[in-house]
Amino acid sequence: MAKRTKTSGGKRPERDAKTKGRISSLADAVVTRANSGREPAIEIPTRARSNTIWNKKRGILEMGSATQERQLFNLNQARQFMQTLLHASTINDLIDAAKTSSLRGVFYKAKHTVAGTKENTFDEQDESDTILEDLEVALGSLREELHVFAENRGSMVGNITLVDKGDEIDCRRMGSGGYALPSIVEPDVIEFRKCDAKFVLHVEKGTVWNRFNEDRFWEKHGCILTHGAGQPPRGCRRLLQRLHTELKLPIICLLDCDPWGHYIYSVIKQGSISLAFESSRLAIPEARFLGIRAKDFVACKLSDAVKISLTDTDIKRAKEIAAYPWFAGHKGWQKEIDLLLTNGFKMEVESLITKDISYVTETYVPERLKARDWLE
Amino acid sequence: MGRMDAALIEMPERKPAKPSKRRASAEDLAQKQREISVSEFFAKNRHLLGFDSPRKALLTAVKEAVDNSLDACEEAGILPSITVVIEDLQPGRPASARSGRYRVTVVDNGPGIVRKQVENIFGRLLYGSKFHRLKMSRGQQGIGISAAGMYGLITTGQPMVIHTKPGAKAKAHHIELAMNTRTNRAEVTLDRETDDFPPSRLLASSSAAKNLGAAGELFAEGEFTTGTSVSIELEGRYQRGRGSVDEFLELTAIANPHGRFVFVPPSRESEAEDEQLELEQELPSKRRRRGAEADAEGEGHAPQADRSAKAGAKRGEGDGDGADERDGAAGSGIAAVTTELLGATIFPRAVGELPAETREIQPHPRGIELGTLLQMLKEYEAAEKGSLYAFLQERFCRISAASAASICKVVGVTSRTRISAVDTTLAEAIYREFQNARFPSPPTDCLSPIGVRQMLAGMLKGVRAEFYAASSREPAIYRGRPFQIEAAIAFGGDLPADEPARVIRFANRVPLLFQQSACSSFRGVVETSWRNYDLQQPRGSLPVGPIVIMLHVASVWVPFTSESKEAIADYDEIRKEMKLALMECGRKLGGYLRKRSRMRREGERRDVFERYIGEIVRAVHAINGTNEKQLFERLKQQAKRRTAIADQVLDEDGKVKKEEDPSALEGVIIVGETAPPPPPEIEAPSTRTRAAGRGTRSNAPASKSKPGATGSKSPPSRGGKAGTRGAGASTRAAAGDSPGSSASPGFRRFKRAADEQASLF
Repeated sequence: MAKRTKTSGGKRPERDAKTKGRISSLADAVVTRANSGREPAIEIPTRARSNTIWNKKRGILEMGSATQERQLFNLNQARQFMQTLLHASTINDLIDAAKTSSLRGVFYKAKHTVAGTKENTFDEQDESDTILEDLEVALGSLREELHVFAENRGSMVGNITLVDKGDEIDCRRMGSGGYALPSIVEPDVIEFRKCDAKFVLHVEKGTVWNRFNEDRFWEKHGCILTHGAGQPPRGCRRLLQRLHTELKLPIICLLDCDPWGHYIYSVIKQGSISLAFESSRLAIPEARFLGIRAKDFVACKLSDAVKISLTDTDIKRAKEIAAYPWFAGHKGWQKEIDLLLTNGFKMEVESLITKDISYVTETYVPERLKARDWLE
Repeated sequence: MGRMDAALIEMPERKPAKPSKRRASAEDLAQKQREISVSEFFAKNRHLLGFDSPRKALLTAVKEAVDNSLDACEEAGILPSITVVIEDLQPGRPASARSGRYRVTVVDNGPGIVRKQVENIFGRLLYGSKFHRLKMSRGQQGIGISAAGMYGLITTGQPMVIHTKPGAKAKAHHIELAMNTRTNRAEVTLDRETDDFPPSRLLASSSAAKNLGAAGELFAEGEFTTGTSVSIELEGRYQRGRGSVDEFLELTAIANPHGRFVFVPPSRESEAEDEQLELEQELPSKRRRRGAEADAEGEGHAPQADRSAKAGAKRGEGDGDGADERDGAAGSGIAAVTTELLGATIFPRAVGELPAETREIQPHPRGIELGTLLQMLKEYEAAEKGSLYAFLQERFCRISAASAASICKVVGVTSRTRISAVDTTLAEAIYREFQNARFPSPPTDCLSPIGVRQMLAGMLKGVRAEFYAASSREPAIYRGRPFQIEAAIAFGGDLPADEPARVIRFANRVPLLFQQSACSSFRGVVETSWRNYDLQQPRGSLPVGPIVIMLHVASVWVPFTSESKEAIADYDEIRKEMKLALMECGRKLGGYLRKRSRMRREGERRDVFERYIGEIVRAVHAINGTNEKQLFERLKQQAKRRTAIADQVLDEDGKVKKEEDPSALEGVIIVGETAPPPPPEIEAPSTRTRAAGRGTRSNAPASKSKPGATGSKSPPSRGGKAGTRGAGASTRAAAGDSPGSSASPGFRRFKRAADEQASLF
């Protein structure tokens, strides 16, 4: 696979200069404000439900125009203000060195003890990750523009060949492990080459994905098979979106029959609140939900053994999801969630194994696909 | 003491038992029926006057004498200086004995007593100047001191010893008298002139007295140019704690900041009755003290003075520095704080002016009863033979000529109707009209409130706290009698944080020590909603927190619930005023607590900002290469400006803060929490600041000598020169003419607080 091709990296220095300029102006603003005796503050678009707008026309969640000032002289914000500038400086260094770093690397690079105290600049990586997302929106730069990437998560296999940083990868020949999905899958990193898949089947977890890969489902049905290890990370979602928009492949999801599965579908389809600013790159409004469906317990004649009782949290969550604007007006989804609640139990994709080891790959999915029995 | 009426006294001694069998004829009985003198009655009913237990008897004797002394001094316009000495006359008796023989001596610097009145004042019950007038004073009936003398006579057989010096140049009289309870008259057993005033015997009465005398604290030259000294020997019991002589004097000193009090307690304390079996569980320090006492008792045959001297030696050496603390009012630069010195307690004078003189008033028409009206009519008839119209105007306050005429008209007589023509029916009509007609409120110059500043000074010297507030209500009326409520609170400092508030109650400046829950002021405190002021308060109880609440009722006639004058009757008007006064104090406290937490918050804020500024500057420099130093300074400046409230603490190094709006917090003292450490040499083990928090029980005398022995008590500082250096100046500047303010040696909660400073505004 070591056939190297040139990437469209020519834009890089230009893009980096732009990012650096934005970081500089952030720092300059602090100096200007300090000199004029005003309070240093960073304007950050609000990443909260209140500032998330459901764009019905486009079918995606978008970030509103509300912004928040992150102030230095505010007891609740001072620490975050410091962290934001620390990360700005870290990213500045990364760009200068023309290197990228993992989220964890960035966390460690900025983590140290505040001079004269026992306090750490960052205690947890979560803190650091959130600040990076803040910076993304504040600078209006994408994560890859900040030279930061997340861990690889999720796998892909199927009828497609692509080029990753110059290396050609044939996803038909990935063995049992599949192609690990990197966190940055922008066209300058990954280019699609030969694709003879007719659709993408996205499953929730690696275990289910393994079943499908072992049964060579993608080969038989001419598709691409992906999973996102639960809630799919940005890299996975972006890749699905590119496959959908650039190669016009329908995205079909096979997720658990529980509020969590529904939520994953919702995120793939409309985007999430915390990453609403990226929705236009991530959301796939046309994504389809194949199953597992609440009706399947009866339809597939499953045994009682597959039932997992809904917890109070599940019930609450299900009701919340039913009230999402994009589900609220959707009869199919209202029925689906109603039935889930009436059933009082959830079902995992793996539960189909009670019928037969390959029931899901040989019977369930092909039948549903044929019958075009899915929710949209 | 008891408000007596004639019926009580004229009760027949015995009633015929069973009517079934005739045992005696009316004539037989008549022979046995005779008048009972007041003295006889009270001799049998001593509990009515507060002599129901030995411990209370000792307290009552002190209280009566001190009340008399204060009244006398104030009427004569003299700043009171009162010394109380209690001598243990049976030092050999075991400490666990239920009671013992004591001699109580109270010396004042009052005007003295004219020789011929001595027998009447000290030897007769119900003889006095205060009963017949409507004027605010401590005593009311003229029972107290003579009853104490009578109690002494009954229990010990010893006469009362009186020294009185009515003029600076005059010789003093030394009189000993015993009351004849049959006749309610005194019998003089000794009467001579002497130069020995104050009685020099007292200076040698105990080692504490000796040391005090040597230090110039007891009977200093010129302090007692006139005055009276009363000594009573009685059966009593000396034990500290609630309801003790110590507590009484402590509270008296708070309510009478213009007085100086010195208390020389007996050389030892009786064991607490409920502690008799707890010897094994005692703290080591206490056991050591007991041991020391046992040693002393081993030499039981030794003369008392020697024994005391030995005990005194154990207690630590006097260092002669005490003179500096003598008198706050003398402006010697010493703040007035209660101190224990050389085994005695000194309550210094905190303000230099006497309470305003009160005027006697005529009764208000609303405030009298029908019987009183009839009596007044009778007296007027006998004296003046005037018209009803004139009588109404002359014998009542607030009846103008117009309202007198209107009353006459309503009851159907003319303005010329003579008093002799007024019969009971007419009197009743007048009485009814008194209730219906509208009169102005009685004049209030008969009241002498303590005053906001004086209360603050009093609290400051007696209670170790961090915040003080006081308020004085306008005079109000209950049943036609003017009264005035004052309240003060002390908060924080060394006061116990998780106990119910301590309520200290006063009526006409006299502390009320018993029957708290029956008292109107207690209900006033409970009904006030302290939660509004950031304090905890379980439903229907006292607030919980480090707080002392003081309530003072001043009135020409304080409505007590009983003859023993221990609790104030629950009149709605009085309780309402109490709540209003407490609310005013509470608001000040709430404001202070909120401000304090704001200051803390701001301080924390600044810490946070300053911590992060360094990091921010480095990051900004790394990005755009800005001048690090300049940016750092700019941001630091801004942090300082934005947390300016915290500066009040940080910049002035723990000095007392002036409020941004002092007028909003009138009647408030705040004692700074942080202060520079005192020079170590000012700590002297023989002096101790008395904290009036609670449980004076821990102030065991012998523990004073060993600062280490009591463990929890921090080593005291002398409260003198060094301890108050800062305070003296700042306080006087702020308080104007009041030298009374705080020095606070030995705040253990305040790490370095011997040099704390206070201001009044």
